Amino acid sequence: MATSLTDRSTFHLAHEPHHADGGSTLLGFWIYLMSDCLVFAMLFATFGVLGGSYAGGPTAKEVLELPLVAVNTAMLLMSSITYGFAMLAMDRNRMRLMLAWLAITGVFGACFIGIELSEFHHLVADGAGPQRSAFLSSFFTLVGTHGLHVTCGLVWLTTLMIQVIRYGLTQANRRRLLCLSMFWHFLDVIWIGVFTFVYLMGTIR
Amino acid sequence: MLTTLNNFIASHQALWTFVFGRLGLHSLAFLYEPILFYTFIVVALGGIGVVGALTYFRLWGYLWKEWFTTIDHKRIGIMYMVLGVIMLLRGFSDAIMMRLQQAIAFNGSEGYLPAHHFDQIFTAHGVIMIFFVAMPLVTGLMNFVVPLQIGARDVSFPFLNNFSFWMTVSGALLVMASLFIGEFARTGWLAYPPLANLAYSPDVGVDYYIWALQIAGVGTLLSGVNLVATIVKMRAPGMTLMRMPIFTWASLCTNILIVAAFPVLTAVLALLSLDRYLGFHFFTNTLGGNAMMYINLIWIWGHPEVYILILPLFGVYSEVTPTFCGKRLFGYSSMVYATMVITILSYLVWLHHFFTMGSGASVNSFFGITTMIISIPTGAKIFNWLFTMYKGRIRFELPMMWTIAFILTFVLGGMTGVLLAVPPADFVLHNSLFLVAHFHNVIIGGVLFGLFAAINYWFPKAFGFKLDRFWGLVSFWFWVVGFYAAFMPLYVLGLMGVTRRMRVFDDPSLQIWFVIAGIGAGLIAIGIAAFLIQIAVSIKNREKLRDTTGDPWGGRTLEWSTSSPVPAYNFAFTPVVHDTDAWWDMKQNGYKRPTKGFNDIHMPSNTGAGMIMAGMSLVCGFALVWHIWWLAALAFAGFVTVTIGHTFNYKRGHVISAKVVTATEDARTRLLKGA
Repeated sequence: MATSLTDRSTFHLAHEPHHADGGSTLLGFWIYLMSDCLVFAMLFATFGVLGGSYAGGPTAKEVLELPLVAVNTAMLLMSSITYGFAMLAMDRNRMRLMLAWLAITGVFGACFIGIELSEFHHLVADGAGPQRSAFLSSFFTLVGTHGLHVTCGLVWLTTLMIQVIRYGLTQANRRRLLCLSMFWHFLDVIWIGVFTFVYLMGTIR
Repeated sequence: MLTTLNNFIASHQALWTFVFGRLGLHSLAFLYEPILFYTFIVVALGGIGVVGALTYFRLWGYLWKEWFTTIDHKRIGIMYMVLGVIMLLRGFSDAIMMRLQQAIAFNGSEGYLPAHHFDQIFTAHGVIMIFFVAMPLVTGLMNFVVPLQIGARDVSFPFLNNFSFWMTVSGALLVMASLFIGEFARTGWLAYPPLANLAYSPDVGVDYYIWALQIAGVGTLLSGVNLVATIVKMRAPGMTLMRMPIFTWASLCTNILIVAAFPVLTAVLALLSLDRYLGFHFFTNTLGGNAMMYINLIWIWGHPEVYILILPLFGVYSEVTPTFCGKRLFGYSSMVYATMVITILSYLVWLHHFFTMGSGASVNSFFGITTMIISIPTGAKIFNWLFTMYKGRIRFELPMMWTIAFILTFVLGGMTGVLLAVPPADFVLHNSLFLVAHFHNVIIGGVLFGLFAAINYWFPKAFGFKLDRFWGLVSFWFWVVGFYAAFMPLYVLGLMGVTRRMRVFDDPSLQIWFVIAGIGAGLIAIGIAAFLIQIAVSIKNREKLRDTTGDPWGGRTLEWSTSSPVPAYNFAFTPVVHDTDAWWDMKQNGYKRPTKGFNDIHMPSNTGAGMIMAGMSLVCGFALVWHIWWLAALAFAGFVTVTIGHTFNYKRGHVISAKVVTATEDARTRLLKGA
């Protein structure tokens, strides 16, 4: 091309630069995730401050069931692995295989939510609901916000599977799957934090 | 008639509560308070007038197609500015009502505002001025200017931009609704618990506050994400980071701050709503709650927020000063580093808002020192502007006059800020009128003066004609003199120990200062009126004020290289940048405007989805305020459905054909020859 960027007398491009459609999407989504991370940071901070305020009610040690949470953690970690397999399948353009892995991811995610809900149900039934003490308020809010995110992820996953089935592995759909991939793994990272700070350290507090 | 209705409601209470939640005839506040009643009449008549006029002139279709659904960053920017100016009128009405009350409530007089009303007014004034005046004006400005300055065709996510705007509007509408239906918070603008908790504020006021800010906050956050991505990804070839215009730099830092601060607000308000709606114990006095947690969290958002407001205006002054001094900006790189240092430091000072919490000497010293350190980069900026002016050929156009007024006023406000940063001094001045005077001094003297500089500076770019100078001068002098008259007395009163948010006073010797402050507010009122007249007169005389060159001030940055008003595609060809002041460089080095060889340009398409989604958020917010659960659920479901539905729309762009571009550019060629 005759017009080079270093040529001092060139002040415009003769042709439209070819920006890939949605070239900023992954960066934008990454920035959004960092902002979401801050929401969790605030909830962690709140738990850090209020996590010991039992107000004469049950303590973390008394109400948290580690074995159940260990199973649940396994569910979420498995779902991250299977999402990774789905992305590998996408790279090899194997749509059906990818959809299958996504479906498995969804099942793991749904199991995670199911177990979490049953945990919440038991806590409330045992008189350890979020209204009982500041500790339980911050516990339910932190864990529940994560669960809410996973639920949104499941809705998103379903939507994307429908869109892939209807429109195929188009550029736009690949981009969306990558965004959801970041979201899903991000939630995994947050969960590691929850598991460590709330469950493990909570029970030895 | 009202009694019959009330009896009817009482006899069907359960059904009524299901359908209308907490709403009742008693919620229609304007029926019971004379001030609200007349305000309501005026607003209703005005509203009917506007709707009638739009219908009569058949403008609805035009507004919908060209403005409401637009994804053009310039039009969204202008709509933000319009929103900000409209809300300024509301926020200022609150201000002048307070000034009047405080000027007359002496010698046993109770003034004219009952406590219940006065407390709502000072809360609404703060909330509106920060969230719905300053934020929309600043966001609108960045939206309009940044893509033009970096040589882009639009922002990274044009649809999100439209959605963000309408979310801000929804928040504003919710605050406005509280004026007539129910009431607004009586807690002060940050709604500190325990006062803001259910136990002490059982009415809808705090709920209006929460949902208005949550909805608008989502909009602000998304627009922050959008502009960061835009500045990082969409710059014209050759525009390295250190060649970006300072306004773009300031915008980048501002939007990073938005992304890093607004989630904190979202989180803390969510916690407060859990306390209020579901009986959680984050900030309550009982069962382990801790109100100081709220105050820490909200200021972790709140302090960066004040830099979110001021940094873009520092950018404006850095554009205006070189332009009207005919010189390159003094100390470009020090300006960039100063901005970045301020961005980081703004996170390390939040505790200075409550030294009196009792966190101990070491913690207070840390935050006092970090606060004082911020004055160093800020001072560097002031010197940079002064050195830019030194030996420059200063043209006293309106933007430059606002800049000079800013420098003088802001230095004063900055110094009182440093004074307040000394913890022992703060223990005396905390929550006093000295503090009120200080933050008005920096927000009016910094943010507002900067916005007027910016409006006068970029108006010709947006609309193709300059603003009238005479009325601009009237506005300028009344604002500046009015500001000093209104706020210098508050410094005096603060030093004498008068606390903020007082409705009546015992000591008659204080009255004179409040009277002077009231007169100052009156002068500002004239300044605002003159600004509106300035716009009206300029529109009327637009042919005389027309700028055909696209570069009325002898500008230095890329936005002045294209025509005014800017075509939808911004630049016929993507510019190539070789220097910091790209347009100045082009003018100096024999740039010739291309007149042929235009190509098709791919642009995003308009969509109504953003407005519909924001509308549903508004309905959902209103229903949550009034505990109308079915409506909230319905609106939320609608929101989710439309959001998902929108993702099934894959055809988001259209092409402006080379023919259209050629026609537009040819028209400009003729205009430039005629000029």
